[in-house]
Amino acid sequence: MHRIVILLTACLLVLCSSFAARAADIRSAIFRIDYPEVAPISRFEAKPDDLGFAGASLANEDNLTTGQFLGHTYEVDNITAPPDQADTAFQALLDAGHTIIVVLANANDLLRLADMAGPDVLILNAMAQDTPLRSDMCRGNILHVVPSHAMQADAIAQFTIWKKWPRWFLIHGSNPEDQVMADAYRRAAIKFGAKIVEEREFEDTGGSRRTDTGHVLVQRQIPVFTQNAAKHDVVIAADASDVFAPYLPFHLWTPRPVLGAAGLRPISLHPAHEAWGATQFQRRFEALTGRYVRAEDYQAWLGLRVVGEAVTRTGSSDVNTLRDYILSDAFELAAFMGQKVTFRDWNGQLRTPVLLYDGRITVSVSPQDGFLHQRSPLDTLGLDAPESDCTAFTRP
Amino acid sequence: MKYLLLATCLTAFLATPAAANKVFVSNEKGNTVTVLDSDTWEVLTEFPAGNRPRGITVSPDGKLLYVCASDDDTVRVFDTETYQELYTLPSGPDPELFILHPSGNPLYIANEDDNLVTVVDTASHTVLAEVPVGVEPEGMGISPNAQFVVNTSETTNMAHFIDTSDYQIKHNILVDQRPRYAQYSDDGSTLYVTSEIGGTVSVIDIAEDGTPNLSHKITFEVPGVLPEWLQPVGAKITADAKTLFVALGPANRVAVIDAETNEVEDYIITGQRVWQLAFTPDQKYLITTNGNSNDVTIIDVDSKKAIKSVQVGQQPWGVVVTPD
Repeated sequence: MHRIVILLTACLLVLCSSFAARAADIRSAIFRIDYPEVAPISRFEAKPDDLGFAGASLANEDNLTTGQFLGHTYEVDNITAPPDQADTAFQALLDAGHTIIVVLANANDLLRLADMAGPDVLILNAMAQDTPLRSDMCRGNILHVVPSHAMQADAIAQFTIWKKWPRWFLIHGSNPEDQVMADAYRRAAIKFGAKIVEEREFEDTGGSRRTDTGHVLVQRQIPVFTQNAAKHDVVIAADASDVFAPYLPFHLWTPRPVLGAAGLRPISLHPAHEAWGATQFQRRFEALTGRYVRAEDYQAWLGLRVVGEAVTRTGSSDVNTLRDYILSDAFELAAFMGQKVTFRDWNGQLRTPVLLYDGRITVSVSPQDGFLHQRSPLDTLGLDAPESDCTAFTRP
Repeated sequence: MKYLLLATCLTAFLATPAAANKVFVSNEKGNTVTVLDSDTWEVLTEFPAGNRPRGITVSPDGKLLYVCASDDDTVRVFDTETYQELYTLPSGPDPELFILHPSGNPLYIANEDDNLVTVVDTASHTVLAEVPVGVEPEGMGISPNAQFVVNTSETTNMAHFIDTSDYQIKHNILVDQRPRYAQYSDDGSTLYVTSEIGGTVSVIDIAEDGTPNLSHKITFEVPGVLPEWLQPVGAKITADAKTLFVALGPANRVAVIDAETNEVEDYIITGQRVWQLAFTPDQKYLITTNGNSNDVTIIDVDSKKAIKSVQVGQQPWGVVVTPD
């Protein structure tokens, strides 16, 4: 009661003070397409029902706390849809007047939804990592808060070069999503001077990954599969759906570190990350949701915090005003990464460090020391302006 | 090195015979407090201070040492002579920084996890009030006339001005990303707020009645240092309000700023990840905590030179010097 009284009086006072002259009411939506998926390879990774939404609720609380001092209010609607009903559900959101939408969907769906939405809706991509979305397939109404495959592959490449482990044995899966990741690693190897000394494809033949005593067979198959590869320093795994990569560490023919889809993994955030004040983010998230954070939650949080920060600074709820501010030099956001995150004005990609995670702790953070760039070391990760074919963003 | 030795010898000879002060340094990772002698800069002792000690301050009479034991969710109070723990104060969860009323009571504590500032009576050991503030409250400052306590919230990016008479927020000022520390000038006419991720120091003019007005932002530039690493954290201003010192975290430097023109005059190289600052009572020396090199740097305030570094415990965070 005591607390409530103080809070109410504080709000009243703030409303009366000269500071909070402008009012803005921000209503956002999180739109998540739920694709059919096989069970995760590890019981630890069962997908929570509120994936993404939980991060968005935390962002909404953070925005509300700040907004109470400025006369700004925030609310967020959570929408899920199976792939075949996605368009109808998304259209309903647009019809209801939503103009700020965080989308968790794959690249093709994201593009179609963004085109449905048109230029007066701001889409924040919190899931699709495909590099072409930041290049020839880009859209002017999409901002990408999730790192691209290119950024993540570059983060891994820099680490191997810093370690002086330039000889890569690249193993990729047979699915199109695996090929996309393999392409990102091939590009990163050329960019940073690593050499892919051998490439192999691990065919996805289907089947259950969690058969009883399945490890017995795995322990025999993987060494044989990786036998007699050219002399290499590390194994780089490109596997978008955990078909084989998690089996590689400890089962290789030649004992080598594994990076990429298993071993040392590039990730936007994981629940053990504590540096740069992240502990406070983790504690707030856990208190609110009762579970550990997932990368998708952090990405959804980022999406709404980017919007919240732009509203705080501009006092506007107009999508185009917000978008222009977000893409301007004035925009900056603290996101527990040790430096401000900002946006690339040539393709709408968030400039952010990439954590390298071993499943328990942050092992390292890229960009690595010594990789320099005339604008920001963060632009050593992913598509730099001359590398992107995106023309949807008009640059000053 | 020769110069350093010479400076150290001179300092030793010229040191006034006035009683030395004790310097207390909280070691965040070592879970200890290191005690230094401000005459000799020798380590006197190191004692356990609870889990993850960070914010540290001393009572106006110099007898009580207050330490935020962040992972114990409490403020531990020690005798500055015997180093024995006397009692604890309720602090709310994860106390990181606090500020003591100039009279020694109450203590204003930032609770990062709960978006609150907790006000604790240091005599009765009870909570007087909880004031809701922005997300991740951190920096705490108090105006010299004790009219306002200023709290900075790291995710909301504001300085909140809490009236000490009724615990109500009377003003909010938006500053740059991740405000860390708030420091008034001794005459109360200016407030400095450091923004770690924004890389700036906001200069806020304070009117007679305490009303704040953001007037300037100080920025930093060091050739050969990535701008991303110029992260302002701790700040202290001399009593004559002429020189502002700002610790720049991973840039391993303390910036020296002419507080009349707001121009950066110099950068003093310190140990690694320089975090918080404290003057000796005569303001002849400024002590910096250097979290990643496990030492403190002693800066001669007049010459604006680092004269000595002293090894302390693991990951030094905060520092306070007993009054004369």
